[in-house]
Amino acid sequence: MKIKTEAGERHVLAVTVDNEAGILAKITGLFSARGYNIESLTVADISADHALSRITIVTSGPPAVIDQIIAQLDRLVPVHKVTDLTDQGAHVEREIALVKVAGTGDKRIEALRMADVFRAKVVDTTLSSFIFEITGTSDKVDRFIALMRECGLVEVGRTGVVAIGRGSEAL
Amino acid sequence: MTEMSGADMVVQALVDLGVDTVFGYPGGAVLPIYDALYKHPTIKHILVRHEQAATHAAEGYARSTGKPGVVLVTSGPGATNAVTGITDALLDSIPMVVLTGQVPTTLIGTDAFQECDTVGITRHCTKHNYLVMDPDRLGPIIHEAFHIATHGRPGPVVIDIPKNVQVATGTYTVPGIIEHKSYRPQVEPDADAIDAAIDLIAAAERPVFYTGGGVINAGPDASAALRQFVSLTGAPITSTLMGLGAFPADDPKWLGMLGMHGTFESNMAMNRADLIIAVGARFDDRVTGRLDAFAPEAKKIHIDIDRSSINKIVPVDLAVVGDAGRALDALIAAWQDKGLKARDYGEWWRRIDGWRATRCLDFPEAKEPQADIMPQRAVKALFDATRGRDPIITTEVGQHQMWAAQHFGFSAPNRWLTSGGLGTMGYGFPAAVGAQIAHPNRLVICIAGEASLQMNIQEMGTVSQYRLPVKIFILNNEWMGMVRQWQELTYESRYSNSYSDSLPDFVKLADAYGWTGLRIDTLGELEDGIRTMIETPGPVIVDCRVAKLANCFPMIPSGAAHTDMILQPNDIVGTMDDEAKALV
Repeated sequence: MKIKTEAGERHVLAVTVDNEAGILAKITGLFSARGYNIESLTVADISADHALSRITIVTSGPPAVIDQIIAQLDRLVPVHKVTDLTDQGAHVEREIALVKVAGTGDKRIEALRMADVFRAKVVDTTLSSFIFEITGTSDKVDRFIALMRECGLVEVGRTGVVAIGRGSEAL
Repeated sequence: MTEMSGADMVVQALVDLGVDTVFGYPGGAVLPIYDALYKHPTIKHILVRHEQAATHAAEGYARSTGKPGVVLVTSGPGATNAVTGITDALLDSIPMVVLTGQVPTTLIGTDAFQECDTVGITRHCTKHNYLVMDPDRLGPIIHEAFHIATHGRPGPVVIDIPKNVQVATGTYTVPGIIEHKSYRPQVEPDADAIDAAIDLIAAAERPVFYTGGGVINAGPDASAALRQFVSLTGAPITSTLMGLGAFPADDPKWLGMLGMHGTFESNMAMNRADLIIAVGARFDDRVTGRLDAFAPEAKKIHIDIDRSSINKIVPVDLAVVGDAGRALDALIAAWQDKGLKARDYGEWWRRIDGWRATRCLDFPEAKEPQADIMPQRAVKALFDATRGRDPIITTEVGQHQMWAAQHFGFSAPNRWLTSGGLGTMGYGFPAAVGAQIAHPNRLVICIAGEASLQMNIQEMGTVSQYRLPVKIFILNNEWMGMVRQWQELTYESRYSNSYSDSLPDFVKLADAYGWTGLRIDTLGELEDGIRTMIETPGPVIVDCRVAKLANCFPMIPSGAAHTDMILQPNDIVGTMDDEAKALV
C-alpha cells in the first residue's frame, strides 16, 4: 500500500490575532497538528496599542482543505478575522530578500547588471561581494535568486510574503 | 475591588461563578490554593487518587448536569496526568475548567522541580489556555475561562497559575457580562438557512434525522425541541453514540444508533435516504464508514455550532451554523408558520420495517440456568432491572460500551456518559464518581470491561472516602474484547497481547476497599445478582462473568460502506486488505 497525497492550490491568508504570548505557537501548531502546509508565514504587530498582530500565511491545499484551514483558524479564541486574499480577488503580495553574492571579475559585473534589471538595490558592498535587497512577488524573488546562483550566491534571507487587498476596502 | 492573594482570588472567583465542586489532587505548586480552599467550606473538594480521574470525574459531573466540571491539579506530573481527560473533553465537547499549579514565574524555563510547559502541552488539547503572570489578571481570566468553556461549542480550558502569582496580592475584579473581543460564537441560526432547511425537509420523501452530542450539549430544552420537530415531520431518527438519550429509544420513529456498531436499519436508512438532517453531529469516521459510499442519494443539512465541523468530512448541501436547540426551535416555528403537515412516508417506513425485520441486535444464546451469560443479555437484564429508576449509566471503552449503547434504552438526555471521540479506556469509573457527586441520590452504574476498569481502578478509594453508592458492573470476558474482535477480523485471530491475564479477584478487591463485591457466573444468577447490586446500599462491584468469545455485531468493518454490515459472527473472513487495515 502507498500513501496518497492530494494536489492543492496556493492561497494567501491574512489573519488578525490578539498580540499575546503563544499565539504564533497556536497557529503554527494548528497547521502541524492537522497536517496543513505552511509555505511562508510572517507576523508583526499592526495596531497603535500593540494589541493586534497580522499574520500572513501562504498555504496550499485542495479547496475543501483551504476551507477547513480558514474555519479552524477562525475558531481559535484569540483569532479576530481570517481573510482568504486569494479567494477575495485582486491583492498585492510582496516579499523582501537580502541576497549576498561573493566573487570578483565578470560574475560580479553580471550580478550587478541583473540586479539592475530586477530593480534590486545594493545595500552593502566590499571589493569581493554585494548584498542586494530585492522586493517583489515570491516569483520574482525566486527568479532573481536562481540567477544569482550562477553569479556567486553565498547567502539568502527572505521575509516571507505580506499581502493586502487592492482598492479602498479594509479588512 | 478587594486586595487579596492570588490563591484567595481563585477561590473567590469559583464561589462567584457558582462552582460547588472541584475535583483535584494537591501538590507543591498548588498548595496556596489548597490553603485558600481550606478556609472556604462552601466549595466541596473531591480528592481523587490520580489526576486523570479528576478530569474524567469532572466530565461525568459536567455531562450529567450541564454545568462545567472544575479540576485543580499541581504542576508537572499533575498537569501531564490530566492531559488525557482534557483531550477527552475536547473531543466530546465537554465544558471543563482545569486549574494547574505552575512553578514560580522566576523559575519558569529552568527545568525546575515539577516544571513542565503546561500551556505548551495543552495548547492543542484545549479550547483555550492561559498562563497567568499577574495576580490582577486572575479574576478576569477565570471568569473569561468559564465563559469560553461553556459558550459556543463547549470544551476544556486550562489556566496555569505560577505559585508566586498565587501568593502575591492584587486586586480581584469581577468582569461584567463577558463580551469577548474575538470569541463570538454564532448561536442564533440564520433565518434564510432555516427557511431553506424547511423547504428541503418538506420536499423530502425519504428523510432521516441524524443527531449527536450537540443536542445533549444544547440542554434538555433542545432534546424536547428535537422530539417535537421529529414528531411534526414524522421522519425517522437515528443518533450517534454521543447523542443517545436526546430522543427516547422506545419511540417508534427511533432507529437505534448508527455507525460502526449501529443498527442495520439506521445505517440502511442513511444509505437510502434522500435527505439527511444532521443536528449537532459531526460525521465522524465511526459514523460514516467508507466516505465515497456514505449516503449517496441524500441531500444533507448540517446544523452545528462549530463552523469547522461543516464540510470537514462530508460536503453538505445546506449549513446552519448555530446552537442545536435554537435551530430546532426556529425550525419548529417556521414549520408551523408555513402550516406544514407531516408527509406520508408510508413507503419509506415500509422499507425501514423491512430492514428492522433482520432483527440485527438479536444474538444466539443458551437459555438454561447453568448457561454462560451472553454480554448482551447482561446489559438487557440491567436495563430491565433499572427501568423506572432513571439511572445514570457510564461506560468504559470497548465491546461492553457498544453493547451498552445497543441494548440499554435511554429516554432522556444526560443519563449516558461515555467517551466517544477519544475512546478513553479508564473514563467510565471516574465519570461515574463525578456523576454520583452531582446526583447523590441517583442510581449511577458504570458498565465496565475488566480491562478498561483497571485503568483507573484506584478510584475505589475515592468512592469509599466520600461514601458514594457507585455501582460497577463488569462484563468480564477476560479479554480486551474489541482488540480481540479486530484481531479475528483482520489478523486471522493472532491474539497479540489482547488477553486479560492476571486479573485481580474483584470480589476480594471490593472487600479490601470496604465495598460490597458480588460475582455472577451463570445465566441463572444474573437477575438476582443485578437486584442485589441495586438494593445493596453503598458501592458495589459486580464481577459478571460473560461468554468469553462473544463479539459485537452488527458491525461495519473499517473501510466498508453502510450497506456492507457484518450481521453475524460467521460473516467474518479473518483477513483484510492493507487499505482497510490502515484505517483505525
